[in-house]
Amino acid sequence: MAEISKEQVKHVAHLARLAITDEEVEKMTEQLGAIIKYAELLNELDTDQVKPTTHVLDLKNVMRKDEPRKWINKEDALKNAPDQENGQFRVPSILE
Amino acid sequence: MSLFNYKLSELQDKLHTKEITVSDLVNESYARINEVDDDVKAFLTLNEEAARAKAKELDGQAPSQSLFGLPIGIKDNIVTKGLRTTCASQFLSNFNDPLYDATVVQKLQDANAINIGKLNMDEFAMGSSNENSSYFATRNPWNTDYVPGGSSGGSAAAVAAGEVFFSIGSDTGGSIRQPAAFCGVVGLKPTYGLVSRFGLVAFASSLDQIGPVTRTVEDNAHLLQVLAGHDKMDATSANVDVPSYKDSLNQGVKGLRIAVPSEYLGEGVNPEVKEAVLQALKVYEDLGATWEEVSLPHSRYAVAAYYLLSSSEASANLARFDGVRYGVRSEKAENMIDMFKLSRSEGFGDEVKRRIMLGTFALSSGYYDAYYKKAQKVRTLIKNDFEKVFENYDIVIGPTTPTPAFKVGEIIDDPLTMYANDILTIPVNLAGVPGMSIPCGFSSEGLPIGLQLIGKHFDESTIFRVANAFEQATEIHKKTPVLGGVK
Repeated sequence: MAEISKEQVKHVAHLARLAITDEEVEKMTEQLGAIIKYAELLNELDTDQVKPTTHVLDLKNVMRKDEPRKWINKEDALKNAPDQENGQFRVPSILE
Repeated sequence: MSLFNYKLSELQDKLHTKEITVSDLVNESYARINEVDDDVKAFLTLNEEAARAKAKELDGQAPSQSLFGLPIGIKDNIVTKGLRTTCASQFLSNFNDPLYDATVVQKLQDANAINIGKLNMDEFAMGSSNENSSYFATRNPWNTDYVPGGSSGGSAAAVAAGEVFFSIGSDTGGSIRQPAAFCGVVGLKPTYGLVSRFGLVAFASSLDQIGPVTRTVEDNAHLLQVLAGHDKMDATSANVDVPSYKDSLNQGVKGLRIAVPSEYLGEGVNPEVKEAVLQALKVYEDLGATWEEVSLPHSRYAVAAYYLLSSSEASANLARFDGVRYGVRSEKAENMIDMFKLSRSEGFGDEVKRRIMLGTFALSSGYYDAYYKKAQKVRTLIKNDFEKVFENYDIVIGPTTPTPAFKVGEIIDDPLTMYANDILTIPVNLAGVPGMSIPCGFSSEGLPIGLQLIGKHFDESTIFRVANAFEQATEIHKKTPVLGGVK
């Protein structure tokens, strides 16, 4: 793995929906580079025949019955929103 | 003598005999908070009005439930209905009215414990020192120049400083055990799946686990008994029988086989920490147990695997913080994407951004196999290491942390050194096994040293039995911190 570049950092920030300043790009490039370089340690291990563990428990997906039940109402759902109008979340317009 | 010097079972007896009232306990808790929390800074939000009202209500009742009237503190990443829950993040600074209680909070209420308030932490549970709280740093009650550890630093400091009788934390890579070690209290990360995570704001879902922080091992067992059990609201909750932990406490350690990983006492472990652990092993020998050195050969890869996995999961979990449904929203945004980006950038602190970036990178096209999948495979090797050792031994013992608490500001700008602090706790989360930290000594500077006890999956009983044997045979847990140092 090559060193992480400033362009990669900017691209990753966009994917992560984070606005970062030029100063942060510099700092992140250095810090992420160091962490990624450290992670190269894992390449010492031959893991070709090893199965990945995503979860330590042997989980099965349990589906509940599709039945209506009480949960929060619209008023509750909206009450922590930073902006709302007419019973809906309000966000900046998407269409020009 | 302060009520804080009694065990939970002793306080229950006093409530039963009406020697004290619930209001006495709650008053004592808030009096202590008023006395020391300007120095300790363990609490982010107090629940004083509701707690006092609840105490008055319980004063008229006969004690029945298992935590009747006992004051508790709750880490601020555990959702509490109607009580501000911030995860110590500016992003949730206005999240004053959560709609529901986490399952553990509901269980505590059903047991009639009293919620004193919400405890400080590293933002979204990311950190090992509590310096990443976006409000203020909690201080170590043994010496306020030092960190209390993280991310459940508030939970450990509040118990150590006698502000609450017990608390709840969460542990993703050591976040209960490391601050418990630094603050000289008992902290347990249960087996993954034993305690419901419903209502815990997720950091890394396959690793996070809620657990109890207490002054004594017996108290810890008492509290886990309330918290443990299957929850249909959590798809990762294990459907297993919960034994009586109290029954295991006094079974002794005669004939017990202890494994001590050579990697846990090797290079990088402070000599005073190593000596305290060896002394603890001597105590176990005297009590009739035997110990041998073993190897957990993949330990050295745990930190790298952990940061790739936990950051990847965090990048997905924290995608929900978009400034639409709750939390803060940037006022500078003119379009939708800018709203997401600016709200997240203004709301999240540096460490959270760093981990979201690392996780997004590790999951991005072209890098998934090289980093994320590779780390999952190394996780398998680490889990296999533990399983192999447990074929021949009852418990694994080592230090909780390589060093005692470090000074505030000492390594905050050096992420890799900070991450290395969790080197002995992280493998436990990757393997999903339970781990506990109990105090086993003090450094020459008077800072606590933690002994880590690691058990088989769902074998918390053996941990309680082994931890209690040490506590009963020694006086270490009886020493209490004297607050001092800087404000």
